[in-house]
Amino acid sequence: MIRSIRRLAVVMSILLLALMANATYLQYFAASSIRNRPANTRVLLEEYSRERGPILLGSTAIAQSVRTPDQLKYLRSYSDGAMYAPATGYYSLVYGATGIERAENTVLSGSDDRFFVDRLQHLFAGRGVKGGAVRLTLNPAAQKAAYDGLAGRTGAVVAIDPRTGAILALASSPSFDTNLLSSHKPAEIRAAYAALSADPKQPMLNRPLVMTLPPGSTFKLVTAAAALESGRYTATTQVPGPKELKLPSSTKVLHNWSGTACGPNDKTTLENALAISCNTAFASIGMDLGADVLRQQAQKFGFDTNFDIPLHAAKSRFPDIMDEPQTAMAAIGQYDVSATALQMAMVGAAIGNHGQVMYPYLVSQVLSPELTPLDTAQPTVFSQALSPANAETLLSMMVTVVDRGTGSNAQIPGVVVGGKTGTAQTAPGLPPHAWFVSVAPAAPGGTSSVAVAVVLQNGGGAAEVSGNKLAAPIARAVMQAVLAP
Amino acid sequence: MSATAAVMPRYRQPTRRNTELALILLALAVCGFGYAQCDLAVLGSLASNTIPVMSAIAAIALVAHLAIRILAPNADVVLVPVALSINMIGLTMIHRLDLAEAQRAARNGTTPPSPDVYSQLTWTALGVILFIAILFFVRDHRILQRYTFTAMLIGLLLLLLPLVPGIGATINGATLWVRIGRLSFQPGEIAKIMLTIFFAGYLTQTRDSLALVRTKVLGVEFPRGRDLGPLLVAWFISLAVLVFERDLGTSLLFFGLFVALLYVATQRRSWLVMGAVLFLTGAVFSYLAFGHVRLRVNVWLDPFGDEANTGYQIAQGLYGFASGGMFGSGLGQGYPQLVPYAKSDFIIASLGEELGMIGLFAILTMYAIIVERGLRTAVACRDVFGTLLASGLAIVMALQVFIVVGGVTRLIPLTGLTTPFLAQGGSSLISNWIAVALIMRISDTTRRPEPEVVALEDAMTQVMSR
Repeated sequence: MIRSIRRLAVVMSILLLALMANATYLQYFAASSIRNRPANTRVLLEEYSRERGPILLGSTAIAQSVRTPDQLKYLRSYSDGAMYAPATGYYSLVYGATGIERAENTVLSGSDDRFFVDRLQHLFAGRGVKGGAVRLTLNPAAQKAAYDGLAGRTGAVVAIDPRTGAILALASSPSFDTNLLSSHKPAEIRAAYAALSADPKQPMLNRPLVMTLPPGSTFKLVTAAAALESGRYTATTQVPGPKELKLPSSTKVLHNWSGTACGPNDKTTLENALAISCNTAFASIGMDLGADVLRQQAQKFGFDTNFDIPLHAAKSRFPDIMDEPQTAMAAIGQYDVSATALQMAMVGAAIGNHGQVMYPYLVSQVLSPELTPLDTAQPTVFSQALSPANAETLLSMMVTVVDRGTGSNAQIPGVVVGGKTGTAQTAPGLPPHAWFVSVAPAAPGGTSSVAVAVVLQNGGGAAEVSGNKLAAPIARAVMQAVLAP
Repeated sequence: MSATAAVMPRYRQPTRRNTELALILLALAVCGFGYAQCDLAVLGSLASNTIPVMSAIAAIALVAHLAIRILAPNADVVLVPVALSINMIGLTMIHRLDLAEAQRAARNGTTPPSPDVYSQLTWTALGVILFIAILFFVRDHRILQRYTFTAMLIGLLLLLLPLVPGIGATINGATLWVRIGRLSFQPGEIAKIMLTIFFAGYLTQTRDSLALVRTKVLGVEFPRGRDLGPLLVAWFISLAVLVFERDLGTSLLFFGLFVALLYVATQRRSWLVMGAVLFLTGAVFSYLAFGHVRLRVNVWLDPFGDEANTGYQIAQGLYGFASGGMFGSGLGQGYPQLVPYAKSDFIIASLGEELGMIGLFAILTMYAIIVERGLRTAVACRDVFGTLLASGLAIVMALQVFIVVGGVTRLIPLTGLTTPFLAQGGSSLISNWIAVALIMRISDTTRRPEPEVVALEDAMTQVMSR
């Protein structure tokens, strides 16, 4: 009997090994593929069981996780969700995450490698991991001014600190309350998402970063920069400014908005051409410089580049191959030129920062779960778009625009402000887009501390369209908010 | 040197009961830490019932130990500490799931259910009392051989009890419960012990004739045709359990036990071959004939195919194992409550999630130790009945763990058996404590220094006269 018991023991050892081998397969080799099946609610419960880190402005949280008695332990809660939606994005049970919630997910969820030591401590303490915090560059007053200014209109505002590239305001209108998508009730989330998606005004569109529109006359800043950089133009150079310009090898005739010539004898200075936004003058300059020079200048400002701030911004475009009439139209920001509000703010910022384009960024600091700073943003130079001297010339030309030109609504008492209006033609029958790009303070020899771009889509809903009338007051309010002592 | 050399003292094996005590204290410490870990992870502080429950567990363990010192001082020293450990791990996991249920009740604003750990603790106490009672009343396991056929009768009655109208209850499609008033009971668990006693007694008497060889086919020697009777009877009873009680696990367990014991008793591999043939025939037949068997097999082959319905439980269990990974989420930090029957049928999935592969290996190793101690006792035992009984009890333990853990981890199709000592349920706890008591008794009898046993051994070398 002993021999058969020994043999049975061998059989049982084989059964034990089979169980262990199977468990190894299940819990090691196949573990992640099984765990990540969509029906496994544990992954979600796990994610929501950790206290996700806050998104901070200064020391105020605009997004934070609040303990609930639900099975999902933490609820993501946003203060002023609609105002900050383009920056924070949402964190949804059903639709995943967008915005900073997505771009900085590893930090906020606590899985970032920088928290390795924290995680180790938590492991031994037997406690759940808490997420780290992200501090944004946004200026709450500027953000509010931008968002309030857009109220009731369709458009976007971006404000940048020209010296660093830090984004001070990032507003979109109409917007949506991010809390609607971050609740714990999937049915409610789905209903809210469906309603927002069906809204023809596209409230979930992140306009300042992804909406590209023809920049219209604000692009004349780029053309002017190219002209100055060519060395063949100064502020006082006489340029042609007829009432209308017949474009070569085409039947198309270009008009000025005023319907008149830009100066006596169909001539004017470069400075005055910018001040009164003379179309025929800049179309002539564009044709004179050529498409390649314009494109190189535009690219130095950031066109044709993807910016991750760390949110992914759409690429602003300067068209590839153009004939002369197309070049003329591109020089005044029409034809296939398209830009985001972020891009136009960068143009203004570069002019205010001695020609230097700073890489734009939205995150100023990454903090540990205990809110000790781990990483602070280091401003980086994207390019030198134009020489400091030319930048100063162009800045003073922008000041002329505000002081006695088309940008009078941007004037701030006691502050020298430079700006440029824009009114971009769109499809026939649709009202044009209203633009305004400004920079302040713009006194000679100084460095500006805020640059703003405002765009109102199809005139933002107003019948009478002009960058000065609609967009400039918003830019002024944002600049005042930043400059306020 | 001196002619007056000291007389050699009678050699007496050390009982090593202190080793047993140390092992029990170690088990208590591990359980205490595990219990506290659940509280701290889920509640942030100790639960109000933790100290009383832990004290009760400690008292039960120490009483069991004292009883062994008095009633079975020579018995195996590893068996009871390991059984207690598994029992306490079960209590810990049931407590952990109690906490999860209390939390859910708090979320829904309902009154929390009374903790299941109390009833499990009561059953543990009852199991240990029965353990002591058996050591007390059964002073020599050979007495049990007298009750071979009584055991068979009781075993069969218990097995068929759930079919009696009025007291039988069908839970989750299997009719293996008896319900009298508020008390429900799985008689199959006790039948398991009774039938093991019966098989051991029966085979002790008949093993010589069953070992006789008549024919030889393909090199394997087959027994006489009329000796096939008992095997066929066991097969038919197993099939009856499967057909009428729809209990796949119990059916497989009994048949496996019988075939294995037949092999131990006769040393004829032909019984294993015939058993395997009969098993396969039965398996194919039941797959074709019964919808519930077909369903189990289909879910086994593709648990995620109908994940929302038929595959729900096994899929949830697999998610638990996969989420636990190598090291587990840690006690109180996983989501074992998501698996249906997390405290009973699927408790191994709960443990696999929170203790991980490492913890699962540890638990399986503990079962392996129990089986190994049982087989060791069987080998050391000097009488046929004791050998067969000890190996039978060990085989039942091994088969049951393999069937249930293999089912939950999707190695084999899922069947409804309880995980010994771990799973919530009184009948299972009691029957497993009885099994351990019997092995302890055989072990004690075997290792007891008895002169007459030595004499018997000597007698075996003598020429027997007729």
